[in-house]
Formats: sequence, structure tokens, C-alpha cells
Amino acid sequence: MSRLPFYLIVGLLMALGIGTSLHRHIQMEVPWTPGEQRQIWEVEAIVDFTALGDPVRVDLALPSHQRGYRILTENTASPGYGLSFLQDDSGRRAQWSIRSATGSQQLYYSVRLQVTDDRRQQQILQPPLRDVSWERPYDTAASQVIESAWMRSADPYTFARQLIRDFSEDRQGENARLLLTQFERTPLLVRLLNQAGVHAREVNGLLLEDGRRRQAATSWIMVFEDEQNWALFDPRTADQGQPENLLLWETGGRAVLEVQGGTNSRVTFSMLSRNQPAAAAVRSQLADDTLLNFSIHSLPLEEQALFQTILLIPIGALVVVFLRILVGIKTSGTFMPVLIALAFIQTTLLTGLIGFLLIVSVGLVIRNYLSYLNLLLVARVSAVILTVIAIISIFSVLSYRFGLNAGLTITFFPMIILAWTIERMSILWEEEGPKEVLIQGGGSLITAVLAYLAMNNPLIRHITFNFLGVQLIIMALILLVGNYTGYRLLELRRFKPVTED
Amino acid sequence: MWALPGQLSRRGIIGMNRRNIRYIGRYNNRRLYPLVDDKLKTKLLAEEYGITTPALIGTVSTQFGVKALGGMVAGHSGFVIKPAKGSGGKGILVIERVDGDGFYKPSGARLGLEDLVRHVSNILSGLYSLGGTPDVAMVEGLINFDEALSEYTYEGVPDIRVIVFRGYPVMAMMRLSTAASDGKANLHQGAVGVGLDIATGTAVRGVQFDRSRRDHPDTGHELASLRIPEWTSLLQLAAGCYEMTGLGYLGTDMVIDRDRGPMLLELNARPGLAIQMANGEGLRPRLDLVEKQSDRLGVSERVAFSQRHFARLGVLKDLPEPELAQPCPSK
Repeated sequence: MSRLPFYLIVGLLMALGIGTSLHRHIQMEVPWTPGEQRQIWEVEAIVDFTALGDPVRVDLALPSHQRGYRILTENTASPGYGLSFLQDDSGRRAQWSIRSATGSQQLYYSVRLQVTDDRRQQQILQPPLRDVSWERPYDTAASQVIESAWMRSADPYTFARQLIRDFSEDRQGENARLLLTQFERTPLLVRLLNQAGVHAREVNGLLLEDGRRRQAATSWIMVFEDEQNWALFDPRTADQGQPENLLLWETGGRAVLEVQGGTNSRVTFSMLSRNQPAAAAVRSQLADDTLLNFSIHSLPLEEQALFQTILLIPIGALVVVFLRILVGIKTSGTFMPVLIALAFIQTTLLTGLIGFLLIVSVGLVIRNYLSYLNLLLVARVSAVILTVIAIISIFSVLSYRFGLNAGLTITFFPMIILAWTIERMSILWEEEGPKEVLIQGGGSLITAVLAYLAMNNPLIRHITFNFLGVQLIIMALILLVGNYTGYRLLELRRFKPVTED
Repeated sequence: MWALPGQLSRRGIIGMNRRNIRYIGRYNNRRLYPLVDDKLKTKLLAEEYGITTPALIGTVSTQFGVKALGGMVAGHSGFVIKPAKGSGGKGILVIERVDGDGFYKPSGARLGLEDLVRHVSNILSGLYSLGGTPDVAMVEGLINFDEALSEYTYEGVPDIRVIVFRGYPVMAMMRLSTAASDGKANLHQGAVGVGLDIATGTAVRGVQFDRSRRDHPDTGHELASLRIPEWTSLLQLAAGCYEMTGLGYLGTDMVIDRDRGPMLLELNARPGLAIQMANGEGLRPRLDLVEKQSDRLGVSERVAFSQRHFARLGVLKDLPEPELAQPCPSK
């Protein structure tokens, strides 16, 4: 009988578990520990314009996931306006519309962004070259500027740098000044680049600085080296590269804001930086999960809370597997300690322990009397269930009267499991004596406490909830331990006398 | 206080995990478990295979039938009530003496008929059975155990556990009930275990509560002189249970009746490991040796093999070669 398939399955589970966990950590930026802080930017765009009483359509470019930033949530405020989000080749846009509006209008869009370590460049398609035609005398000026920069450059990036530098304040020549009288700087530069056969487009970005208000978007030039590779240039200084704090807002070559049916339109931005625990950041990620990013976070909050508990049960099972197979602790009912540990999570450890001992000991006394009544098994266990409920109710009411609110959490104990525990311990007492009851009861309690400590650990809670792949790793571990043929820890003690002679 | 794993494995001790995976999991087909988990089935099967068992007085299988209990036990001076699917000796009630309305346990405690009825009723509702499933109560005749053994035990019947692996008896011990074990022959309840030499049926050493013992704690009788009568036929009876059940790793519990000789009491598909303590020796080397043997041999050949190879040092140097042509006992 070959064990190869077994080890293949275990290896596969391990690899899958580790793989999906790493994927979630790297791709989705889910941190390993719950305490890690993540920087969050809150950016608000305010669109101002004066409506003329006609139908109004407002088209605002929106940022998307990009290098260094991940969008967590976005909100809009626009009373009376219809709103739709559009997505096309040129990027995401929000479109507000209203049949009729007059006077000053304000529309709000706010987005929460998480700062990420993602350093890969965004995929942006190279725009086609545009035909450029100039009126006299600008055509001569343009070709002279291009020629001068062309001579001093070797490739699209160096050409763009030379060209921009020729338009900077201190080096402006006659031709440059002439062109600037007629054209705006950034569109002009894009035009010249296009004329020289260099693919380029104007993009708009926002320099993020904490606490700034009423900021305007700045324009940048995106120069393409080939189909995929591009670099950003500052049209004012000719600096190449994207500053760390630059959030690209519009990269499709369109205007940031387009308003029909209004005048004096403008968009301003305010921004705020905050640090928040990584776990909270994970929770507020957009639910754009694919199957691979399969996450509990796409469920409604109530179901999430339920799953948080459900996903901890395998941890409890793992503790039981370890304690029973590797240590050899006896428990009363294989997984009863896990259920008790789940109750401890609700009650806290001390209250839980006291509550458990109270219920079981009072239950044992009453069960002892029930055994004189000579009842059939099912009826007796049912009677014990009722007894347990009565004990729980009495203790709850008593502790509330005495002002001990912690006592109320006693209701979280699984009553039917407790009833069976009492029944089993009572039989154990009759047949094997109180010593065995203490061994098994103590073993169950130790197991429950250890399972509780594991399941209540913030790190373990964070990891089981955020990395579903961990469940596969637990599965692999349980399978491996299930294959263990060595001695249990307590057997080293049990068989000790054999080695003595 | 603690042994090193190396010390134990050098002595061939096997642990629970190894027993479960390597022997029970591999050699005991789950499908066959009901044959041994249900003592009634074992008993009927044993009769079919000509293996002696204690006499069956009757069975109770419905709560309604409990009323017939009084009539059933009438006229018997002693009997045993046990659940057919009980495990670890749970729910076994021994009545040693009947005196009018009183039924006396070996400890001298007196029970009334209503106590017996309650006990049977508990058995039927599954209180002692594995998984709490409804059960059948069996009433068996009391065993008249050999007087030669009476001074080694307190109250209950001493039984002999033989581990039979692939049909070969590999290790044996006698379990002597004590006051601590309440007349029950279960080691974890305080019975004394005495390791037996497979070759001769003589005592090797004794343990109680996993600790070494030289004498019986209640009778004070020293254990070294213990010698089981009719040893070879007992081993053959035990070895025959392999053919009967098909289970490769089997614990057979035998008793010796004064009149009827060795008898099969019950079988266990998950025999415990305390037998290693009683023998002061691990099972591993013996199981390894048996795994290398052919499984074509008949019962008496296997017993002869075991008696020759598993003899304790110095005991059996001049044992004659077993006659290999011995016929198997008829079914």
C-alpha cells in the first residue's frame, strides 16, 4: 500500500494553502498581523458650477487602482441628480445629470485610498499620433523648436526632456515664447511631441499633501517609449518620473471635468491622510473579488461575524487533534471541549470556567437523583437538558440580582452538549469512580482552555478570517498528524516502568 | 518519571497511535467489527466454529420482555447479565448467589429483582453500548472457575487475554480482579495483570495500575507460581478465533471452567496495550516476526510456532520440534 497519494494530497493542500495566502498578502495587501497600520488618504472632489436652467450633464473623471494606491471605498453626494458610473478605454468617469437646474451647484465625490507597496507600472495603452497643423507663423517656430530638441536627444524620453526644458522659464527662446502666447503649455508640448512622432498625452494628477483644501489638479505629460512603457514628465521642470505623492486622476487624455448646461465650472480637491489598522482597511476593500480573491468580506456583515466564529472551529479541532494524538489527553466527548471553548469566547475565561463548573457539578448532583427514578435513557437525558436550562436560568437571574452582569453570559453554553457531558460523567462516576471523572473532566477542561486561548488569540483570529488558505494548511496538518505512529507524550510516562528492569 | 522515546522503541513497545494505524487499521476490516462488538453474534458464531463459550441462559431484546427476566433467571444459582454491545466491561452485572428474593454481587451487595430489571432496561436503551445505540441484554451462566486459580483472585473471575495476530498468539496475560477493580477484570479499573509465557502459561511478572507487583493486593498470594492449566488447548482456542472472525489483530478473552475447560468469553477488535506492561516486553518484535510468516498454516502449527519463538529466555530450550503434520481442529 503506497503512501505516495497521501503525501501528494498533503503536499497539494499545503501548496494551495500557502499559495492562496501569499496571493492574498501580496496581491490584496492583506497584512499578516492585525496590528499593522496602513496609510489611508481621503480625497474629496467638489464640482462647482452655475447652472443655466437647462438640462445639465456633468462628467467627472475618477481615479482607478494604480501604482501605490488602491481604492477602498467611494461616495458621492449630489441631491436631485441622477448618477451613473461609466467605464471605457479612457478610464472611469462619473456622470451626473438633471433635467433642469439653476444657480450655483455643488457636487461631491469622495474616495478613500490605501497606500500600497505595489510598484508595478500601470498598463496604459499608447495613444495614436494626432495630425498636427499650424497656422503661420507658428509652423516655422514649431519645427525649429522640434529640430533643436531633436538634435540634442537620442530617444523619446530624452527628446521630451529637451523639449520641455526649452520651454522652461529661464531657457525660453524666441520661438518658445511665441508659441506660448498662443497656446497653453501642456497641450502645446503634447502637440509638438506628436508632430515629432513621439506618442504622448496630457494626464491630470493630484499631488497629495495632508490637510490641503481647494487644490486643483495638475497636468502632466505621459510620454510613451513603445507600446507599453511610458514615463511621466513635469511640463514645468522637465523632471522625469512619477512623484510618490502623485495620484493620477485622469489618464485617458480627456478633461477632468466636462459640464454641459452650466458655466464657471471647476473642480477642487481636499485631502486628508490617516493611519488605520490594517484589519479595518481590509474590511473596507471594494468587493471586486474574483474567485481567486475569494473572501468572506464580500458577504453581508452579519454573515461575516458568523463566519469569523465558524472559521475558528478548525483551530479548535487542530488543538484537540494535537492534544489527543500527540499528548494523549483523555477528554469526555471528542469535540465537546471545542464547543465549550466557543462558549468561553463569549463569556470570557474566568466567568466561563466558573459557569461550567457550576452547571456541571449541580447537574451531576441532580442527575444522581434522577438515576434513582429508573428512567429510560432518552427521557433521562432530556430531563438533564431541562435541568441544565433551569440551572442556567437561576444563575443568570441570581447574578443579575447581585449586580454581576458577567453571569448573564452563562447562557452561551451549549445546553445539549452540557447535558450529555453530565450524563456521560455521571455514568463514568458510577462505573469507574470519581478519579476517572476528574481525569476526563480535567482533560476536557484543559483542552477547552487551550482551544480557547488559541481561538481567542487576535493574531490567529486575524489570520483565519483573512486567509482562507490557512484552512487548507490546517487540513494538511490534521492529515499529517492522523498518520503519526509514534508515542504519545503521556505514553512515555505510562510505559516508563517497562524500561526500569 | 518519563521514559525517552528511544528507550521504549528499543524494547519494542508499541503506542496507541501505532496500534491504531499499523495494526488495527491495516488488519481489521471494519466490516467485521460487528462480529466482535456484538457479543451475541460472537457467541453464535463461536458455536458454529466449535469454540466453547459460557452457556446462554437467555436474551432480552425489548423493554416489554424485561418482565420475563424473573422467570428466566429462576432456578439458577448464579448468572451474569451483560450488554451484547458493551465495551470495556461496562454494564456487566455478576450475580454470584441467589437467596430467595435477594441477588448477591460478588462483593456481597444485595440487589432486588427490581434492580436487575432496571439494569436490563438501561442496557436495552443503550446506556452501555458503543454510540448509545439500542442494545440486547444477555444472561449467561456463571463460570465455575478452576479452584487452582481462586487464590489468585478477589471476587470476580480471572480471565486470560491473548493477543492473536494473523492467527498467531503473540502475547498473553491473566487479569485478576481486585477489591479496587470491584470484581471486574479491567486493568485500568485496578485489576492486576500477570504476563504469561506463551510457551508454558506460567507467570512472567505482574502489574497493577501500570506499576510492578509481585503479589495479589487482596489475597496476598505471590504471583510467580501461577500456572495456567490446559495452556496449549487454550492457545489453540484463541488462535482459532482468527479463522472465525477474519480479524487480523484480535484480543481474545478466555476463561477456564472447572468442568468445561478453556472457554471464549469475548473478543475485542481494539485490544489495549497494557499487556506489554504485564509482560515487561513490547509487542513490536513479535508482531514483526509474525508479519513475515505465511498465513497458510493451520491452528496448531501456528500455536506451535508461537510457543517456540515467543518463549521467555531459558524456559524452553529443549522443546521438541512441533509436529507440522498435525491436523487443524475441525470447524
